[in-house]
Amino acid sequence: MSLENVSPKARLLPVVVVLTGIAIWALLARLQVFPESVFPSPFAVARGFGEEVRSGRMYNDLVASLFRVTMGFALATVLGIPLGLWLGRGARARVALLPAINFFRNLSPLAWIPFAILWFGIGDKPAIFLIFMASFFPIVLATISAVASIPQVYFRVARDYGITGYELFMQVTLPAIAPQVITTLRVTAGLSWLVVVAAEMIAGRDGLGFAIWDARNGLRMDLLVVGMIVIGIIGIIIDRLLVQLTRIESVRWGYER
Amino acid sequence: MDESFLRLENVTRNFGAIEVLAPLTLNIARGEFLAVVGPSGCGKTTLLNLLSGFDQPTAGKISGGGRRRMVYQQDGLFPWLTVTGNINLGLRHLKDDAERKRQAKELIALIGLEGFEEHYPHKLSGGMRQRVEIARALAGETDVLLLDEPFSALDYLTRLRMRRELARLLHERPKTVILVTHDIEEAAQLADRVIVLSERPAHLQCELRLREPRPRDLTHPEVVEAVHQILIELGLEKDSKLTAARLNTGALA
Repeated sequence: MSLENVSPKARLLPVVVVLTGIAIWALLARLQVFPESVFPSPFAVARGFGEEVRSGRMYNDLVASLFRVTMGFALATVLGIPLGLWLGRGARARVALLPAINFFRNLSPLAWIPFAILWFGIGDKPAIFLIFMASFFPIVLATISAVASIPQVYFRVARDYGITGYELFMQVTLPAIAPQVITTLRVTAGLSWLVVVAAEMIAGRDGLGFAIWDARNGLRMDLLVVGMIVIGIIGIIIDRLLVQLTRIESVRWGYER
Repeated sequence: MDESFLRLENVTRNFGAIEVLAPLTLNIARGEFLAVVGPSGCGKTTLLNLLSGFDQPTAGKISGGGRRRMVYQQDGLFPWLTVTGNINLGLRHLKDDAERKRQAKELIALIGLEGFEEHYPHKLSGGMRQRVEIARALAGETDVLLLDEPFSALDYLTRLRMRRELARLLHERPKTVILVTHDIEEAAQLADRVIVLSERPAHLQCELRLREPRPRDLTHPEVVEAVHQILIELGLEKDSKLTAARLNTGALA
């Protein structure tokens, strides 16, 4: 995972791989292995990209998708972590709710698409709902397990030094679960980004998922590939941003044991 | 010396139907170093839990002793706090920031960890972590240090070094100490008095006083003799004098 021990030369390897991939792609397009209408060349895709950027559509779709993911993911986090904290503590509530949470955790969020459209129509709301359904349950489960696995000795130490109540929560419980919760946020953010594409394909009039669907309907395979590339790159950027959370000094212990 | 600074009177502890601690009466003097040894599962840790106030006796009374603080086996430091942050936990009662900073600095100097103030525990060696734990427990007006097998997670040489370190720290900052350990050498080298607990329900099987002042060498004759005595009590060594006496009578017969 870490690139820190790799020589500067070796860091160029991914670039070489990407360039080689594009070269092979260009060659296949040139040889017309598939008809051009279903196998656009890198140059056609680059032109399509320029077209999308100039028309402003790229910007609109990007903003729409990012807005939905941010809202759905933020909602899931803001509600999921407190619920997980509560269930992690209360054995009775946990026993009561865990099977239901596990059920929804294992139900593909895409199964909700018909209801999402029926309840929320087309646009931001169904997508936000689906992203919420995709990330809320994993976040709750991960928080429960993080709370349950806090070593008892931390609570004993806290008691020895008179840390109780709100202070105990802020200075012991939260920092103790932070590494595990951050890892889950990374995973679920990736999941949200997968789900927004599917949601927009069916229940959207804009967004990157809709752009792909629209390109398919318009038989513009070059634009379809533009959409794919942008989605992939944004996904990487989101993950890189969340990785920054793991670099916070006071959570690094959770990753370096 | 105040002979009964910390008193246990007929203290018992049952878990359900299981009697873990038989009525135990014990007086600990101020500044005394008491070591408790015994077979594993005999209730040593239960005794410490009672002394720290984490657990309550089923019957009997624990009194005196002032502020008591525990040093745990390992990983008792908060990994999300630096060395200074952890030591500051022990100085929470100080309202004055400058004073707290001064005392934290002093404690870090005392355990020889200058330069590691902003290090997190996972960056420290096991021995360094235990030193920070001890410093945290020493901080403030602690009267009694409760040590729960504090060096058991360390390798042998580090353990020997930590014993010397503990003896030195106690020389600098005298405290009453109760050490629970399964390391008999550790008990004999460090303590003024060693008590051996029996199998469950734990009762006081024997009591040993060491006259040689602390700190002592591990190979000091009195330490070696004490180890021998404790091993006899635990049924792990034969009483050589007795054996010799028997042999003599045998030779005579």
